[in-house]
Amino acid sequence: MNSGLLTLVALLAPVSAFLVLAVVAPLRRAGRPGAYFSILGAAVSLGAAVTAWRTYDGAITRLAWDWLPSEGRPLATVGVLADETSTVMLVLVALVAFLVQVYSLSYLSDEPPQGLGRYYTYQSLFAFSMMGLVLAPNLLQLFICWELVGLCSYLLIGYWYQKPEAARAAVKAFWTTKAGDVGLLIGIVMLWKLAGTFDLGELRAMVTANQLPLAGLSIITFCIYLGAMGKSAQFPLHVWLPDAMEGPTPVSALIHAATMVTAGVYLLHRTSWLFALTPDVLVIVAWIGAFTALLAAVLACVQDDIKRVLAYSTVSQLGYMMAAIGAGFSTAGFFHLLTHGLFKALLFLGAGAVIHAVHSNDLSHMGGLAKRMPQTATVFIIGTLSLAGIPLFAGFLSKEEILGSVWEGGLVGPFALLMLVAFLTAFYMFRVVFLAFFGAAPAHAHTGPHESGHHGDPPAPMMLPLWTLALLSLAVGVYSTFIGPGLVAVPEGAAEHAAPGWLTPAAVGVALAGIGLAWLTYQRGTINAASLASMFGPIRQAALAKFWIDDLFEGVLAAGTLAFSRLVGWIDRYLVDGVLNVVSAWTVTTGDEMRSIQTGRAQDYVYGLAVGLLLLLVWARWSLT
Amino acid sequence: MGLQAYLILAAVVFGIGLFGVMTRRNTIGILLGIELMLNAVNINLVAFARFSGSEVGMIFTVFAICITVAEAAMGLAIVILLFRIRRTVMADHLDLLKG
Repeated sequence: MNSGLLTLVALLAPVSAFLVLAVVAPLRRAGRPGAYFSILGAAVSLGAAVTAWRTYDGAITRLAWDWLPSEGRPLATVGVLADETSTVMLVLVALVAFLVQVYSLSYLSDEPPQGLGRYYTYQSLFAFSMMGLVLAPNLLQLFICWELVGLCSYLLIGYWYQKPEAARAAVKAFWTTKAGDVGLLIGIVMLWKLAGTFDLGELRAMVTANQLPLAGLSIITFCIYLGAMGKSAQFPLHVWLPDAMEGPTPVSALIHAATMVTAGVYLLHRTSWLFALTPDVLVIVAWIGAFTALLAAVLACVQDDIKRVLAYSTVSQLGYMMAAIGAGFSTAGFFHLLTHGLFKALLFLGAGAVIHAVHSNDLSHMGGLAKRMPQTATVFIIGTLSLAGIPLFAGFLSKEEILGSVWEGGLVGPFALLMLVAFLTAFYMFRVVFLAFFGAAPAHAHTGPHESGHHGDPPAPMMLPLWTLALLSLAVGVYSTFIGPGLVAVPEGAAEHAAPGWLTPAAVGVALAGIGLAWLTYQRGTINAASLASMFGPIRQAALAKFWIDDLFEGVLAAGTLAFSRLVGWIDRYLVDGVLNVVSAWTVTTGDEMRSIQTGRAQDYVYGLAVGLLLLLVWARWSLT
Repeated sequence: MGLQAYLILAAVVFGIGLFGVMTRRNTIGILLGIELMLNAVNINLVAFARFSGSEVGMIFTVFAICITVAEAAMGLAIVILLFRIRRTVMADHLDLLKG
């Protein structure tokens, strides 16, 4: 079986599970049996994906069927495109989807069966959509799956739709990403107009042969970037991601690690040869990426909700990836995407375990958890070290690659921002670690209603995914630290961007400084947290208000919509209705005036007749002679 | 006397008839006016027939006189019915067609 067929199996397994769950209502409403069925689909998919990745022999396999027939040749095709990028991404998606589904079985054990069945139906569809996006051989299929991914994230973020915040967050996520999707659609159609094809392979061949006209290409790539901006939560469309925390924690892990937000980065990596033609757009990508990274890192420092810290750290890391892509080294960004997928899923699932035990998202309700749940603490710290970019852990080499490529790309400004972010990342993540797992447990932590039975580490279905991800993070970290980025083949030409020698010590040193500051502040208490906060008074205030970006959006959109509605209402009331009212009033008054002629007396009619006849005669006399 | 004299006579009689129709308040007066107008037309027809040498106009006139008699009978019958229903024969009171 070649890798093309295997990827097709990986793609069709979750959609079969979804279709069965969607059609067979009793299975779905039964809850756990439906969940097992969905997990089976995810397991088959994972097996096929791993086999496809391992047996991938360097030959790009393309299985495509004609779709949308038109004159000459079909307008579009559907199918799978298995190459080294898509197979490794497929493994990440399948792995995280599978682990999240296993984990959810225990995490959502209190849910009613109908809810659980619904959850797993969406999960299967989500996995299918993302895999379809990853394997898409053309931009049209990619766009369809892209929209499906958006729909699934809407459904899962709003899983607890009875909660108003969750419903609002789901809608917000949907329309924020939709704003970017419009750009993507316009970009794809404009590219089709320019090149005459949606097919990625044909497009790439045209680019290689220099057949693609460069005029107007910047607008197209910028439109495509807009789509990626919405999905991958780049400033200013990042506002939906922190709110998406209203969904169940495993959903956050899925969205942040493998699906949804990675789609934008993946798209840019997939079309990096196209973006290479428009360096002006790439510079924008890099600057926005670096700025997003800094903005989100600052926001993460002031959050008290453990999930929101992680959410902002995702935004920040996505900024990292975008900066690398903007510097022209999309492979570095993609490599970070893969390692980040591993440890961010780990961190979210670990946070879920903590929330499951404490029944609160608030950091102030945690503390001293390392004693109560030692395994969770261990895997969470592994994830944190990976995110901080410490050697031997997964994020180390990928972060180095990104910093090196941004430096190599000559973008000194973004490079400085990213170094600052590296410091902040280590600081805010270890702030979480020290606050949640060390220090004294707060007095009111044990007063929850579900106190009994939730003290220690979570049960095996939750622990196993955590350990799997932790060990994978370690394995990837050790492998990449000593041998190199084995997950992604660095394309020829990009390999020799040898980072300057001082880069590694500097980056690690900055990360260690961040950890040290967090340790001094939150563990030793040498530095008072309050006085540290007051040092950054205005920035802290601004960060607490999310830099007013949400307010700005809300204000502009609300005020704009209201003003526009008022204008439209005025036009309707006074212009449209006014014309009609005047016409009808005229008709009525004219009729009133005209009817007084009709006296009803026969003699008046005779009079009119005679006068009319006389006038006719006079007219005939004057005009006919 | 030439044709013109007959035509002037007919026009004068027609004018008197029309004036009567338009100004008389009494319905019977209006009917009388209509008769005058009809007779003016008859004078025209006879005069043209006499001066053109064709008898068609004369025959028309005979028919017209017959029909005028019938019309006068119908008109008087309507006036009598009007008087029975409305208790008046004054034309300016009969405004059922008023809009």
